[in-house]
Amino acid sequence: MSDNSEFLKILSGKLSGAKIVPTPPGEPSAMVEKDSIHEALDHLKYDRDLSFNMLVDLFAVDYMGEEPRFEIVYILRSTKHNGRIVVKTRTGDEGLDTVSDLWPAANFLEREIYDMFGLPFANHPDLRRIYTPDDFVGHPLRKEFPLEGEDFDKPFVVDLEKE
Amino acid sequence: MGVEKNVLVTSLDWIINWSRKNSLFPVTFGLACCALEMMVASSAEYDIARFGAEVFRPSPRQSDLMIVAGTLTKKMAPVVRRIYEQMPNPKWVIAYGACASSGGIFKSYSVVQGVDQIIPVDVYIPGCPPRPEALLKGIIELQKKIQKETIKDRPLISLPGKSA
Amino acid sequence: MAETKYMTINMGPQHPATHGVLRVVLELDGETIVKSTPHIGYLHRGIEKIFENRTYWQGQPLTDRLDYTSGMSNNLAYCLAVEKLLGVEIPKRAQYIRVMLSELQRIAAHLLWVATHALDMGAMTVLFYGFRERENCLKVLETVSGARLMPDYIRFGGLREELPGGFIDMAKSFIEELPGRIDEYETLLTENVIWKGRTKNVGFLSAEDAIAYGVTGPVLRASGVNYDVRKAYPYSSYEEFDFEIPLGTHGDIYDRYLVRLQEMRQSIRIVTQAIERLPEGPIKVDAPQYVPPEKEDVASDMAALIRHFKIMADGIKPPKGEAYASIESSKGELGFYIISDGTERPYRVRIRPPSFLNLGSVSKMIQGALVADVVAAIGSLDIVLGEIDK
Repeated sequence: MSDNSEFLKILSGKLSGAKIVPTPPGEPSAMVEKDSIHEALDHLKYDRDLSFNMLVDLFAVDYMGEEPRFEIVYILRSTKHNGRIVVKTRTGDEGLDTVSDLWPAANFLEREIYDMFGLPFANHPDLRRIYTPDDFVGHPLRKEFPLEGEDFDKPFVVDLEKE
Repeated sequence: MGVEKNVLVTSLDWIINWSRKNSLFPVTFGLACCALEMMVASSAEYDIARFGAEVFRPSPRQSDLMIVAGTLTKKMAPVVRRIYEQMPNPKWVIAYGACASSGGIFKSYSVVQGVDQIIPVDVYIPGCPPRPEALLKGIIELQKKIQKETIKDRPLISLPGKSA
Repeated sequence: MAETKYMTINMGPQHPATHGVLRVVLELDGETIVKSTPHIGYLHRGIEKIFENRTYWQGQPLTDRLDYTSGMSNNLAYCLAVEKLLGVEIPKRAQYIRVMLSELQRIAAHLLWVATHALDMGAMTVLFYGFRERENCLKVLETVSGARLMPDYIRFGGLREELPGGFIDMAKSFIEELPGRIDEYETLLTENVIWKGRTKNVGFLSAEDAIAYGVTGPVLRASGVNYDVRKAYPYSSYEEFDFEIPLGTHGDIYDRYLVRLQEMRQSIRIVTQAIERLPEGPIKVDAPQYVPPEKEDVASDMAALIRHFKIMADGIKPPKGEAYASIESSKGELGFYIISDGTERPYRVRIRPPSFLNLGSVSKMIQGALVADVVAAIGSLDIVLGEIDK
C-alpha cells in the first residue's frame, strides 16, 4: 500500500457515500467529509483488505480564516501488511464524532485536541482538559491565542486557600 | 590533663550553623530534565555524599533542602508551594537550572518565569541543564550562606507551618 | 454485611516512583485497583506553540527537551522531517554517524531505565551499576557536542561538524566493555527470585490491547508484536545494518526488561557495524541556501560570513508542504508532522510522543492489580514526562 492512487481506488470502492479527495504529501492520504469520517475509519479498521488496526496519531491544525477552520489529521497503520496512511477531515467549532470506540488510543489524543483547540468530540467517554488546569481560559494552539498568554507580565500568585 | 584541652569554646550560632550545613536532607523531587542531572550527582561518579547532602528523603516532612530541578508550570506551582510549606523549618531552596531560575527558553503561557515567584530561593544555578558539578558548587555556596546565618532569623525549634 | 465503599488514593504529582510529575488517582477495593485515572500536564510547557513562533533553527533546542533521556534521537526525528520538506538527501557518512549516535543514545536511555526501574523494585545495586555505565556512554556522546543531555549535534542537512579526533576509539572501548556489564545486570536480576516475583505476570498487556492503545517501542514488542520503525520504514540507512528485533512472548514487565536488555545488545551490534563501515566523505549536504558554512570559512571569507548571517538571521524557508517523519526512539515511535507555509517559521509542528500513547494503556494494565504493582507498571513503560506533556 505504498501507492496513493491504489489506496484511493480501494478506499473509493469501499466508501460509496463519502467524498474522497487526494491530498499531498509523501504518505498515501485522503480528505474525507466530516459526516462520514467515523464510517470511513470504521471501514479502514475492520475491512479485511485494509485492516488499519493502529491509530498512530491524531491531531488538529488551525487554518484561521479558512472555512471550515480546523483540519483533523488521522495517521493510521496496519500491522498486517505494514501500510501507513493519512486521513484528513475539516470541521468548524462544532467538532466531530469520537473514534475512541474504534481505538482506545484516541481517548487521550481527542482530549488533547479538545484542550488545545476547543473542539468537542461527540460521544467521547471522558472529555476534559488534559494539559492545562481545569480553570484555564482559552485554547492555546488556536492561532489567535498569544504565545505568552494574557497575564504574562503580572507576577504569578499561588493561592493555596483556593485549592 | 588540664581542663583547657577538653573544652571547646564556640558561639551557639557557629555550632548550629555548622551542624545544619553539613547534613542537608534534600527532598526527592524532580520536575524535568534537570532532575536527571540531580540523580547523577548522587551517583558514584559525582557523589554528593561528600558534602553531606546525599540523604534524599521521599517525604518533605523529613527534609530541609528543596532542589527545584526543572521547569515549573502553572499547574505544578501550587503543588510545589504546598511541598515547601510542608517542610519543617529551617529550610532552604536551590533553583537548579535556567527554567527554575527564570523560566529558561520556555517563555510561554503555561510556564512560571522563575520559581522565586512562589517560594524564596537561596541559590540559583545557571545552565540548561547544569552539569552535576554545578549542583555540588551550588551546595557549597549554600553551605557558605548557612554559615553566616543567625538563630535569630532561623529559630532552633520550629514546626512546619506558614512562617518561612 | 455493611455496604463496602471504594477508597480513593492520590499518587503524585510529587512521588518518588512516578518518574516525574505524573499523578494517578486510584480507586481501591481493599488493595485491589478498581479504577485508575492518570492526570498529566504538570510539565506542559507549550512546546508545540513555541515552535510556531520560532524559526526552524530556533526550534531545534526545544526537541532536546522533549524526551530528555535521548536528545540525539529527538534531534534526528526533527531533522528528518525538516529534510523531507527541503527535499535534500544526506551524505552517507552523516547518515552512518547519525545511526551510531542514536544507538549510543538508546543504550544510555535503556541503562537509565534498568537502573531506575530496579531501584523502584528495591534493587539498589543496579542503580549504581547502571549509572556508572551511563556516565561512560554520556562521556562518549559529550565529545561530539560538549553537552551531556542536550547535544543539538544533528542539524538539518547533516551534522554540526566533523567527529572529533579520538571519538571512534572512545566509542569502541565503550561498546567492547558493555556486553560484560550487561551480563552483570543479568546476573543480578534475570534469575533473581524477588525481581521475578515483582515483574512476572504483572502489568500484563496483550498484543491486541497494545495495538489498540497505540503502544509502540519495547512495550509493544514485549507483547509479541514485531513493529520497529527501523525495520518497517528504514530511515538514515538503517536498511544497510544487520540487526534483530527482540520480541517478548507474555507481555508482562519481565518481558519488557528482557526486550530492553536484548535491544542494548543489538544496539552494540549496530554501532560496531557503523564504526567498521563508516564511509569517508562530506558530513553536510551541498545546499548553500539551507546549510551554514564551516566556522573557519566564516572567519576568513566575506561571502561565507554573509551567507552565515543570512541563514541565521532570516532562517531557512522550506517550500510549502507537509511532511511526517518518524523514528524508533528508545521509548517508541517518535514522529514529527511539520506543516510549512513557505515562511521561515513552521505553520504547525505536531509531535507524536511515544510515551503519551504508552501511558494511555496504563489504566488497562493495572486494572485489578495491587497497589504495589502500580509503580512497577508505570516504571516498566519507561515514560518521560517532558515528552508526554510537551
